[in-house]
Amino acid sequence: MCLAVPGKIISIDDTDPDMKMARVRFGEAIRNICIQWVDDLKTGDYIMAHVGTALSKVDEEDAEFTLDALRLMGEIDLSTDS
Amino acid sequence: MKYIDEYRDKQLVEILIRQIRDEVTRKWTIMEICGGQTHAIMKYSLQDLLPEEISLIHGPGCPVCVTPVEIIDQAVELGGKPNVILTSFGDMMRVPGSHTDLLSVRAKGGDIRIVYSPLDVIDIALSNPEREVVFFAVGFETTAPAVALAIRQAHKKNLANFSVLISHVLVPPAIEVLLTSADMRIEGFLAAGHVCTVMGTHEYIPLSERYKIPIVVTGFEPVDILLGIQKTINMLENDRYGVENAYPRSVKPEGNIAAQDLLQEVFVSCDRKWRGIGVIPGSGFTLADDYIRFDAGKRFKLHHIVAEESERCISGKILTGQKRPSDCPAFGAECTPEKPLGAPMVSSEGACSAYYRYHLRMC
Repeated sequence: MCLAVPGKIISIDDTDPDMKMARVRFGEAIRNICIQWVDDLKTGDYIMAHVGTALSKVDEEDAEFTLDALRLMGEIDLSTDS
Repeated sequence: MKYIDEYRDKQLVEILIRQIRDEVTRKWTIMEICGGQTHAIMKYSLQDLLPEEISLIHGPGCPVCVTPVEIIDQAVELGGKPNVILTSFGDMMRVPGSHTDLLSVRAKGGDIRIVYSPLDVIDIALSNPEREVVFFAVGFETTAPAVALAIRQAHKKNLANFSVLISHVLVPPAIEVLLTSADMRIEGFLAAGHVCTVMGTHEYIPLSERYKIPIVVTGFEPVDILLGIQKTINMLENDRYGVENAYPRSVKPEGNIAAQDLLQEVFVSCDRKWRGIGVIPGSGFTLADDYIRFDAGKRFKLHHIVAEESERCISGKILTGQKRPSDCPAFGAECTPEKPLGAPMVSSEGACSAYYRYHLRMC
């Protein structure tokens, strides 16, 4: 129940200032998600969504940094082995 | 899907396993708090990939599992009332109460509806003004903001027919109970990434310092979990403790401040009973005075129910990491997902459900 899943924002509806909503794509599914608590979102951004609300914007820099650091670790391991 | 597939990459998994193998020199026991992490560990057989020195034990982070049987019984009573529409997350439908579950009540004619979001319940209440619409609100800090948002919407719209049966629980007090238990054998924690997405990491710093234990905020994909384990092992092997973040693409140290502000507005903390564990001081949310009129427990005067637990279910020991599901004599025999004795067998985050689904043949 604590799972949040990443989804891509397709469009934003901010007509209600207390209930900013977005259409969000999760694979094949599209859902309406409340994005009220996450600032500076735009179409194309990824959010972590849980039971109809966005909990955070996926930090693309941190996501890439983690992956790059692991790949680098793998390269160092291989060069050490050889 | 982006931000999922990369974190299931086999090569990255192998890199991390190698890193962990290189670093580990002695036995360590690490608890993953969240049931979602337990399921990923089982699904991807991560324990089998790890060096034998590392033992993963499963924590109480399954809100469905820890919801007290009395509250399930109250939901059952509400679900059977002719003028009530009871709404719930699907996970709660098969959780056994003292005598029955919500699915059985619905089969007998109770109007019980599964919702994706607490916000959906507002629409149901608006569409059914002549009926009482109750939301069965369970969950940790991850879920509580969405419930708070629905309650505030009901308040703004002055919805007289909306209420919540509330059983929200909080992670840090439960960690403290585990750390003070005489049977405690946990040397590091993988904290629940989505709880921390909301609450940030600051609540865990005093726990780490007081008990000199590494706590690593961890995500839910195989690479995330192994990264959390690697960071934990690195601290343990170097005789360090502290709070580290292995899930920075979702978790910021401060968390989601707007969601925290809403929690502060709608809820106050309270003592809460955890199924199988007992009462943990300050471990739950209840409604703040301004929102108390939405309390289903008070509206329907439900507090008289005396609950009965199965004597054969050892979920308390499983939820505190003292036993594994495969240690339970009833596991897979008397207790199955079709006929559960306890909630961990039917919740999508329950440890028993994870063992049954992914590892039954190995037990």
